[in-house]
Amino acid sequence: MASLKALKGRIGSVKSTQKITKAMQMVAAAKLRRAQSAAEAGRPYAQRLEKVVASLASKVTISSTTPKLLSGTGKDQVHLFVVATSDKGLAGAFNTNIARLARREADALIKAGKTVKFYCIGRKGRAVLRRLYPDLIVHSEEPGDLGKLHFDDAHRWAEDLIGRFEAGEFDIAHLFYSEFKSVLAQVPTKQQIIPVQIPVDAPKSDVSAAIDYEPDEEGILADLLPRNVAVQLFRAMRENAASEQGSKMTAMDNATRNAGDLIKRLNIEYNRKRQAAITTELVEIISGAEAL
Amino acid sequence: MLHFELVTPEKLVRSEEVYMVVVPGTEGDLGILNHHAPMMTTVRDGTLTVFREEKGQPETIRIVGGFAEVNDKGLTVLAEHAEAE
Repeated sequence: MASLKALKGRIGSVKSTQKITKAMQMVAAAKLRRAQSAAEAGRPYAQRLEKVVASLASKVTISSTTPKLLSGTGKDQVHLFVVATSDKGLAGAFNTNIARLARREADALIKAGKTVKFYCIGRKGRAVLRRLYPDLIVHSEEPGDLGKLHFDDAHRWAEDLIGRFEAGEFDIAHLFYSEFKSVLAQVPTKQQIIPVQIPVDAPKSDVSAAIDYEPDEEGILADLLPRNVAVQLFRAMRENAASEQGSKMTAMDNATRNAGDLIKRLNIEYNRKRQAAITTELVEIISGAEAL
Repeated sequence: MLHFELVTPEKLVRSEEVYMVVVPGTEGDLGILNHHAPMMTTVRDGTLTVFREEKGQPETIRIVGGFAEVNDKGLTVLAEHAEAE
């Protein structure tokens, strides 16, 4: 049985926890707004680049001179999983969901006899993967605050990835991140980034419209494909930033509400116990008086 | 007037009607006016010169890692970095 004093202390501590979660929720809400508008600001670039790459790729016939980033290595033995999570927890199931999807896909590929390697961006994803596949992590990065990432960071990672690809370290790279649908829904997503996937319903560019290319189609592609990898990475980091804040906001809202419920229950218990103590005291006095 | 858009991965920098834009293409500078023939070109790092009016003072924007596309809707420049000078 907890004493009155202990109960009082407990109520106090839950109250201060509630204050913290409430503050974190409000911070997340403010950051979410910024992350969301950043994610939206980046969309025009990604969309246009994708359109250009798709229309160029549909014109180029695959041959030995085609950039490897488009044609692939012709094998699908070694898969590289780029798992983008965040460095910080306290964001509900955000990191867990991404890691879980990567794990499921990895297990399926390993069972099919393929080799899987991990390239971790974010401490939290790495923690899960290191426990399960300690030997498969080839590299890991700590991005810090997702909301403050610059395009240069994504560019650096993309160059590193492309270097590894050209050195023959892997055949196919998949990117894992969380797509931001709304504040309540963030969907862990898998996307192939190397070789570049051309959407099947790519708008077939009008053949009659003669377009001048400077230099030629392949020259432009060789320039654009590496950039496309960086842009996809950057877009994923932006989506992750918004998802993280959305997820954090929901988690902290729940925590605040739970704390409120707990305080209510503890208060009732406290009052009940106080009453019981008073009653006991009264009974003692009365029976003492009667005995005289 | 020519519809001109300058986009970076971080944001849409410009979207406006202008008279002419001089683009530093890899194989030489290009002055793009309205009704330019459709084309695509890579862009070397350098300055983009934007003429809002035919005889006005041009505005220069430094770009890095660029790509330009001209179609019937106008000129779109994609750049990794862009900053007005």
